[in-house]
Amino acid sequence: MNKPSEKTGFFAGLEEHPSADTFLRGLWKDNPVFVQVLGMCPVLAVTNTAENALAMGLATAFVLLMSNVLVSSLRRFIPKQVRIASYILIIATFVTITDYAIMAISVELHKSLGAFISLIVVNCLILSRAEAFASKNTIGRSVLDALGMGVGFTFALLCLGVVREVLGNGSIFGLALFPDTFQEWIVMILPAGGFFTLAIWLLLFNIINQKRAAT
Amino acid sequence: MSETLNIPKGATGNSRKMLTAMVGIGLMCALLIVLTYEGTKPIIADNKAEALEQAIFKVLPGTATTAAYAWNGENFVPAEEQEAGDGQRVYAGFSESGTLTGFALPAVGQGYAGNIRVLYGYDPEQEAVVGFYVLESKETPGLGDKIEKDPAFLANFEELSVPLNAAGDALKQEIRYVKSGEKQNPWEVDGITGATISSRAVSDALRESTAEWVPKLYQAKNQFQPQTQSDE
Repeated sequence: MNKPSEKTGFFAGLEEHPSADTFLRGLWKDNPVFVQVLGMCPVLAVTNTAENALAMGLATAFVLLMSNVLVSSLRRFIPKQVRIASYILIIATFVTITDYAIMAISVELHKSLGAFISLIVVNCLILSRAEAFASKNTIGRSVLDALGMGVGFTFALLCLGVVREVLGNGSIFGLALFPDTFQEWIVMILPAGGFFTLAIWLLLFNIINQKRAAT
Repeated sequence: MSETLNIPKGATGNSRKMLTAMVGIGLMCALLIVLTYEGTKPIIADNKAEALEQAIFKVLPGTATTAAYAWNGENFVPAEEQEAGDGQRVYAGFSESGTLTGFALPAVGQGYAGNIRVLYGYDPEQEAVVGFYVLESKETPGLGDKIEKDPAFLANFEELSVPLNAAGDALKQEIRYVKSGEKQNPWEVDGITGATISSRAVSDALRESTAEWVPKLYQAKNQFQPQTQSDE
């Protein structure tokens, strides 16, 4: 797969290519968190450390990718009336698989992500991609869409996780950044800190997008 | 968004087609889940056993090998670690030379957000709790989860006295929770300011568990021998 570089992808030119556009849409233009504001429950809840944010983002991206592939390949077979039930079934299956996989990788990680793994089932981002994209497009394009959205979601979660961990815990990916005298802002790793950080990122994103639209 | 939701109007498919699709997808999903479950089951069991063993080493200083026991109502009998029993488990720890270093016991307390499962070490020689580790908790990060990190709180459990009474059938003095900084006696647990509920829950869990098990363990302490042959 010709994955366009994320850095240059922010700029026009590449976007004219249809498959690159599908990928970039999720990454930036329709970023699931900063633009569509979808799936806020894990965004606020498990971004208290960078590690949790990364794990949650990757888990969601995996479920999104697999369910997009399956929904897209079965799109002619699933009758319209039962499509939502079928999508949920498929999504729930991959969430269960992810749950087992994470438990097998690390008990510690599973402990810190807790109930939020199971809650990927009801992440509206995944269902909305299945309904709005995968059920109408070829497998190849659905894969691109899932990768774009998945990477975009992970990127957004990391943005929050890094800020919250540095300010709230004085560390990044568990490595201490400051000497012991650093007074942690405990509020940042509490739910309230999630809202603060999200608001600041949304503000930044909107400023950037407005500037880009103006030029 | 350019893709809008097109809700189809008018049912065209018949119910047999719907049924086949749902059953087909259901079966496929069930198969996938069963395969993953079977594939990851031994790894997960290993991980959990290892996490527990690491926790036992933490709460019983100087331990080299461990053995699991279950209480059958009268005696402690060797138990398979893997099987998930509802009964209380006791893990005996032994040093390199085979002497008993103490017992690790799980205990549960009601915290601020669900149950807190802890493991603590009891040393019958010192008649004291000598170690403590949180196995599972959903306490608030930054506040309640200080029970896992706060050095002053953890220092409580380095030597928390739980001596028996003269008759040997109950504790002389149960573990007691006191506010932060008010600890005066060796059987008192100094709480954490800002995590009162969580630290009290830990203290209560230990109080109940030690009151029930310490007398039994102390009387039976000579029955525990290192399992020389390991049938793993």
